[in-house]
Amino acid sequence: MSNVNQAIAATSRARIRMERQQKSLRLVAEGEWTTRDAAELDAQLRAIQVGDAAEAQIDGSGLERIDSAGTWLLVRTKREWESAGTQVGPILLPGTYSTLLHTVENEHNAPPVVIHDHHTLEAFIERVGKGAVHGVYQGAGILSYVGRVTLEWLEALYHPRGNLRVAALFHQVEETGINALPIVGLLAFLIGIVLAYQGADQLKRFGAEIFTINLLGVGLLREIAGLITAIIIAGRSGSAFTAQIGTMRVNEELDAMQTIGINTVDTLVLPRILGLAIALPLLTFYADIMGMIGGAVMCYFDLHITLPVFLRQLQDAISLNTFLVGIIKAPVFALVISLVGCYEGLQVERNAASVGKLTTRSVVESVFLVIVLDAAFSIIFSLIGI
Amino acid sequence: MSGGRTNPAGRERDAIIKVRGLVNGFGTQLLHDHLDLDVYRGEVLGVVGGSGTGKSVLLRSIVGLNKIQSGTIEVFGRNTANMSDHQWREIEMRWGVLFQEGALFSSQTIAENIQVPLREYLRMPQQLMNEIASMKLSMVGLPEEAAAKHPSELSGGMKKRAGLARALALDPEIVFLDEPTAGLDPISANMFDELVKDLQKSLNLTVFMVTHDLDTLRATTDRIAVLVDRKIKVGTIDELRRDPHPWIQQYFSGPRGRAAA
Repeated sequence: MSNVNQAIAATSRARIRMERQQKSLRLVAEGEWTTRDAAELDAQLRAIQVGDAAEAQIDGSGLERIDSAGTWLLVRTKREWESAGTQVGPILLPGTYSTLLHTVENEHNAPPVVIHDHHTLEAFIERVGKGAVHGVYQGAGILSYVGRVTLEWLEALYHPRGNLRVAALFHQVEETGINALPIVGLLAFLIGIVLAYQGADQLKRFGAEIFTINLLGVGLLREIAGLITAIIIAGRSGSAFTAQIGTMRVNEELDAMQTIGINTVDTLVLPRILGLAIALPLLTFYADIMGMIGGAVMCYFDLHITLPVFLRQLQDAISLNTFLVGIIKAPVFALVISLVGCYEGLQVERNAASVGKLTTRSVVESVFLVIVLDAAFSIIFSLIGI
Repeated sequence: MSGGRTNPAGRERDAIIKVRGLVNGFGTQLLHDHLDLDVYRGEVLGVVGGSGTGKSVLLRSIVGLNKIQSGTIEVFGRNTANMSDHQWREIEMRWGVLFQEGALFSSQTIAENIQVPLREYLRMPQQLMNEIASMKLSMVGLPEEAAAKHPSELSGGMKKRAGLARALALDPEIVFLDEPTAGLDPISANMFDELVKDLQKSLNLTVFMVTHDLDTLRATTDRIAVLVDRKIKVGTIDELRRDPHPWIQQYFSGPRGRAAA
């Protein structure tokens, strides 16, 4: 085996030729060595056996074109051969590529980057752990924030600075209350229809259709209207609070307010909390009415119960307490929604991605808390026998 | 007003980007009014102009992010107006864009960011992609440790370098830089200028650079295109210094212009 000449065609554009003499090896690169063909060239180069060659040469002087990936492949091959104990002469490239060769050969000595796989069991357990710890901190954060807001409230009550922002307050009532009328009204109306229809369907079997109205009255007033309204508002206004305050954080508006000496809780948080606490009970009342109308319509068409009959039965079915039990929850829901919305808004970091992340979190948390509170209210009311 | 008149030396050269009769505007207000521009292969062209004269809009029009009102844009000798999606991909593979803040994908590490174009266009073993990412990091002068970091953990200057590494991932022929030194301290800005110059030389890049930085213009560019009166004037710094247009005079001969000279 004195003189073996082996041509390896990597692709149609890039070619490799190996020339072996007894103790020396010559790699000839031809054609265009670019990123496009780097994968094939890489495989071919890795397959080359240096064997017992004492010296080697890499000759790319016949190349038509080479880019940084191609150059890297030559440089890597040279380094690998050298570490295997072969003497490798300088890489030959056409003169125009000498700067490129110099850059890759002399300025790049770092090992390949490491890409961590995020889908392993270990990573999963790590995420769960981090999530749990984060949850604890989150709880503590909200708690201390509630404390701060309470203190600011008391402060504002005891020392009225005459600057409780009335305009901002009414703006919030308009934004969270009046502007939400169409969507809350429509959904409550539809819920009334669905409830009446399903109730009538079941109760008809016992000939007790008339009790559809009891179901409707008690169900809507005590639970459903309040819950649905709170959930809609959590999605609509809670998210808006987080996004508004978060955007102000990103734009450094909060920092500007602080340097001017404006209390952010006073200006941003209190009007939102108070505004929603006014708006949500009113919206719940409105949802009660709209749900009833939906139910009455369904009763008329499905069960042929006329409005006077409907009203008389409703009168018997519900008392003032039924209504109060539903409406008393609304300010509490409002408080939770606005507290969480504003808190998460203030947690936003100074990048746009964080606004989206925390807005999502704010909605999830406030809906979760609203339902948990509703369950707690149910237990309390049943204990005190209302 | 086109490049040919002010730069007779460039007349015979190969125009890699050719803009003819470009009209852009918002509503009734025109930003570009029948603007012509040639960018020659292997040159560094700086684009300057006052705020709101449409420097970035020009860049975005060329790379197809902006719908133009009328005119033609040719890149690599092909009219971009009536290209199929497939042809667009062919062209997009041959250029890289560095946006102002780097525009790195925030959910991925720097190494993964650099590998995005490789993954998108080529089938490559992961090991080779890791080697290439590491080489690009060295080329733009980022330390090895930067590879595993997320964009939010990097400073502004490092983000721009990482963005440049991603723009260079496929060894493009043209690189578009949108205000590459804006927001960098003078030392980092100088280093970035050096980097662009070195890479341009070793990779034989054509660089289209929107900038406000007179030092950068002087240090890196072969020619400068000035956006004035909704048109463009092209020349070397010395040629433009002699231009009587008041804005150009103020720009190059104002206190900052003289300091950079």
